[in-house]
Formats: sequence, structure tokens, C-alpha cells
Amino acid sequence: MRPTRTVEFSTGLFVLLGFAALFFLVTQITNRELTTNGKSYGVVALFENIGSLKPGAAVSMAGVTVGRVENISYDQQQYKAVVRMRINSQFDRIPKDSDASIMTSGLLGGQYIGITPGGDEQYLKQGDRIEFVQDAFVLENLINQLASTFLRRDQGAAEGGNQGGSQDKAPAEEPKR
Amino acid sequence: MHFLRELWDNVREFITTVGSVALFFGRVLAQLPGALLRPSLVVEQVHNTGALSLVIIMTCGLFVGMVLGLTGYDLLQRFGSEEALGTAGALAVTKELGPVVTALLFAGRAGTALASEIGLMRATDQLTAMEMMAVDPMRRVIAPRFAGGIIAMPLLTVIFIAIGIFGVQVVGVQLFKVDAASFWSQMRSSVGLDDIMEGVVKGCVFGVACSLIAVYEGYNAAPTAEGVGRATTRTVVISAVLTLILDYILTAIML
Amino acid sequence: MLSNVASRPIDARTPQDSIVEVRDVHYSIGGRAIFSGLNLQIQRGRITAIMGPSGTGKTTLLRLMTGQIKPDSGQVLFDGIDVSNLGTRELYALRRRMGMLFQNGALLTDEDVFENVAFPLREHTNLPEALIRNIVLTKLQSVGLRGAARLMPSELSGGMARRVALARAMATDPEVLIYDEPFTGLDPISMGMIVRLVRQMNYALGITSIVVSHDVEELAILADASYIIAGGKVAASGSFVELKDHDSEIVHQFINGLADGPVAFHYPAPDYYEDLLTG
Repeated sequence: MRPTRTVEFSTGLFVLLGFAALFFLVTQITNRELTTNGKSYGVVALFENIGSLKPGAAVSMAGVTVGRVENISYDQQQYKAVVRMRINSQFDRIPKDSDASIMTSGLLGGQYIGITPGGDEQYLKQGDRIEFVQDAFVLENLINQLASTFLRRDQGAAEGGNQGGSQDKAPAEEPKR
Repeated sequence: MHFLRELWDNVREFITTVGSVALFFGRVLAQLPGALLRPSLVVEQVHNTGALSLVIIMTCGLFVGMVLGLTGYDLLQRFGSEEALGTAGALAVTKELGPVVTALLFAGRAGTALASEIGLMRATDQLTAMEMMAVDPMRRVIAPRFAGGIIAMPLLTVIFIAIGIFGVQVVGVQLFKVDAASFWSQMRSSVGLDDIMEGVVKGCVFGVACSLIAVYEGYNAAPTAEGVGRATTRTVVISAVLTLILDYILTAIML
Repeated sequence: MLSNVASRPIDARTPQDSIVEVRDVHYSIGGRAIFSGLNLQIQRGRITAIMGPSGTGKTTLLRLMTGQIKPDSGQVLFDGIDVSNLGTRELYALRRRMGMLFQNGALLTDEDVFENVAFPLREHTNLPEALIRNIVLTKLQSVGLRGAARLMPSELSGGMARRVALARAMATDPEVLIYDEPFTGLDPISMGMIVRLVRQMNYALGITSIVVSHDVEELAILADASYIIAGGKVAASGSFVELKDHDSEIVHQFINGLADGPVAFHYPAPDYYEDLLTG
């Protein structure tokens, strides 16, 4: 009727093992900073293209996470993406003219916002907007840019002189393909 | 037309069974507080369903983790992202493999034990004898076993996850020489408390489902030897299917 | 054979009223009528036998008496209380006044003999452990198994298991003891023990016993009153002597163990010659 000593012991061991495993998981496996449990202030930035930036992405300076992207929306007046971020209150010396760019961590990594400090003596406060932004890196745009650069170079060379620009011909043919 | 009639009969049968299980669940829940007032019974059942399943859970957890390490490494290596093994392995085990595999193993070991034990009590009139002695078998037999199951499952799930991650580490760091520091640091920065909670919640839900099916099948087994056998088979099959369906639903909700 | 079983003492104290009454009960399962107008009275203080061919619903009758199932119409009364109208709590209170011995004992297989007998005491009373121990050992002593108190049910023979089950049924001192096929599958010695115990329990403790069985020989010695149920009704009732000379064919076939009669030897089948010739 009453469980024997052995039964109770092994059950107790089992339960303790379970909690030990949970403890192990919580402390050793997770260390993602729960940034918004401290105080934070909100700033906003507008981008033409945010790439694959998602809410919850990190906001970092010099590689150190100082905040999180809280919310991303679209402004139909200015036709830009509105990214709201929360910066941890301990980082209160970010110059107003700092630069916010969307970067990619690693080859497969997610995108995040990197803030490069400017030189202004006034610092960002709650509700401020970061003026200087760099959009996400979009591969197609780069290829188009490269293509048009080569094209212009060809045309320039062709107009500038007809001195056997055979070297230029080869690269000029490629974009036309 | 005959086919349609059969189909309708099957559908009606299915709906009736679902209703029967739901009502049974209600009765068990009603007796649960009473059962918990007799901790000795519950402790015994936690032992039967949980502690006795430890060996199989830990062994399978280790091997699942190690296989994940092997496959994961092979996969990530093609993209040059071996250091993501820690993250990938931990997330896979914590959110999916841990709860699901634990539930399937639980159904196979503890679920069948519960179903056959209760079914045997049904077949040898022990449950009826209890009713004749004015003891409610739901309170004395069923509810403690159900409570034991729902306590044991989340614990087993967590143990499986922990050992699984350890298994990933064994293969990744020891075998493939992935950098240990980046293994753990990448994992730490990508896996959050909410991922672990997701795994634990799944473990709890699967625990309720599998324990319920096991005690239901046992209680309603036909009082013969083959009835008990059928009940144990049905326990495993239905638990497995239900676990996977719930897994999809929960994953979709929590994503 | 059974000559050393004590003869029946005449008890003048107990009144000749019915503690259990079945009044015009109709019950059917799935369209098949089990009982169509069943009437029984179980007298207080006596051993009443209920017999009948296999499949007449003897076990169903017990379940009706104990409130496990409700009749379609009619009443089942226990000490004047209608059993089928009770709520769970009252039903359980009523069941504590009955004890039931199941065909195969139905002992709890994961507890030893002592714990099995103590089970109803632990569940329903708050008696101190020492008192429970005394009661359990006393009950076991009365069935002759005090020395087996620490054995597990799997270690008991059929007869021993049934005696333990009897001790358990007696643990809370019920007023009525119901025996469901207590003699089935026992060797003559064990059977003799059970017969003796049924009689002793009934008269020493002044309780009522209902024995459902088809062991005509044993019941002939044991029963004060008997009922034979056939065709969903009482086919015959009375003392054994009366039944032996009953003119009903079914009673005659049953009492004398005849192979053929109202309960046919041949299961319904098409004509024998035709079956062979067209095969």
C-alpha cells in the first residue's frame, strides 16, 4: 500500500534528475540577453530597404548588442520602412548624427542593425530619429550597379578614342549577354 | 451506397469515441484533487511511469543527440557553417525531437504498462470488486496513475533534451572537432528561455494526451485476455498519432 | 462426503421478512430480453440460492441487486430502499452494507493477503492501525488463513483466494453477503470448506446470504430457500424438497442434470440428412 523505501528513493532521484536537467538547460544553454527587462528608450530610423531584418533582431555598436529591434512598419507617406528600436538605458551616449546600417552576421546569419557613432555632442534620447542610414545589402542592386559601371566605362572608352580598345571589348560584351 | 453507409458508421463511431474520451477525461479530472491527497499512491505511479522509464529515455536521448550531431554536421558543412551545429542541434532537440520522441517512448513503455495493468484489473473483476466495496476505482486506481503520468512526462522530456544536447556535443566537439567555444556560445546566443518553455509545454501536453489514452484504453478494455492485448496496441497507436497531430498544432501556435 | 458439515440450527430470533426484494423487473440488453417480470424475495437471516441454466442472467440479477445497472421497469429494493433511484453517495453507503464474493476472488493483485482484507477498512474507516490489524487477523482466522497473511494473491490456490475474498467481503461486517458462483472450479475439499464457511458466516453472524450457483448438490445442503430462474422469470421457488418434485420440465431437467429437455441438446440447425447430402 505505502510505497517501499526503494520506490520512494528512486522516484525522488528521478524528480531531482528532471529538475537538474531543467536547471542545466536554462543556465547553460540560454544566455540570450533579456535586454528589455532593464530600462530602455526608443529610437526610430527610416530605411528604403530593410532586407530581411526582423523584429527582435539585435542593435549593436562595435559588435556589442545594445538594444533590440522592437517593431517594423511601413510609412505610406514617405514610402520607407519605419524601424523602431529599443536601446538599453545604460547606453545613453550615442551621438545624434550616428549612422544606422543593416548588416548581416556571417553568411547564413540573420540581419541586424549596426550603429556607427558620429561626432555630435548631443546624444540620442527617447523618441529621436537616426538620420543617417544605410539600407540592407541587396545582391541584385550590386550586380546592376556593376553592370552599368562596365557599360559606362565601355561607352566612355569608345567615345574617347578608337585606339583598339580590344581589351575593353571583352568585358563590354558580357553585360549585353 | 454500401460504402457510404460504412463510412458514415465509421465516422459516427469515431465521433462517439471522441465524446467518450472527453467525458472520461472530465471524470478523471474531477477525481484528480482527491487522488493528490493520497501522495503515496501518486508517488508509486510517478515511479512506475517515470523512474522506470529513465533508462530508455536517457539511452535514446543520447543516441538521438548523437545522430543529430552527425547529420547536422554533414548538412552544415556543405554551407561552411559547422559552428552553427550547437544552435541547430539544441533547437531541434529542445523544440521538436525532445518532446515528440519522449512522448512516443513514453507511450511505448509507460503507456502500455498502464493500459495492460488497468485492463487486467478490469478482466479479473478487481475494478468491479472495488465498486462493490464502495470504493470508486476512478479515484483509487485511475486518477493516481493519470497524475503519475502527467508529472513524469515533462520531467522525462527535460531529461531527454539535456542528454540529447550532450549527445550533439559529443559528436560535434569530440568527434568532429568543432570549436567547443563557438559551439556553446552560438547556442547560448540563439536559444532562449522561450524555446525551452516551448519544449516543456509540449512535454506537458503530450503527457496529458498519452496518459489519458493509456488509462482510457485500460479502463474500457474488454474483460478478456485479447481485450487487454488490443487495449495495449491501441494505446501505442493512438498515442503516437495524437502526439504528432498535437505537435503540429502546438508548433504552429507557438511559432 | 459432506457428512461432517454441521446441521442447520433453527434460529427463532430473526423475523421472516425480506431484506432484498425484486418486484416485477424487466431488463433487456440490445433488444434481447433478459428478465420479463422477475419476482424474488430474499429472506433476512437465511441462505437463499439462485440457480438456473447458463446464460439466464444470474450475474445480471446480482448487478441489478447491487445497483450496478438499472432495470427497464420494476423495482429492486434493499431493506425497503429502491436501489435504482439512488445517487452515487447513497449507493455507496448502501453497498457498504453488502459484501460480494466474486467468481475468481477478484483480489487486488499488487497487494498481499493482509492488505487485501484491510482494503475496505482503510478506505472507509479511520481506525488506528492496531485495530485494523486485529480485525484483519480475526477475519483471516475465521476463514482459516491467518498464517497466509503475507502471501501475494498469485501464490494462492483457487480455494484459498476465494476464502481470502470472503474474509475481505466480511471485513466491514455487512448485513448481506452475495456469493457469485463460489463453488465453480474447486476441488471437493475446497468446496467443502466454502460450504462450511458460508453456513457458519450466515448463522454465527446472523446475516443473510445469497448464493448464485448451479452446483445443485452443494446448494441442496446449504440453501434454506431456492429460486430457479429460466426464460427471464422465476421458474420455480421454494425449499429443495419442493423443487425436486416440481412438475415444470425445465426445473426437472435442471435439478436432475438431464442432457436434453427444454434446454435442447442440439443447437438449432437445418435438417441433418439434407445437410449431409447437399454438402
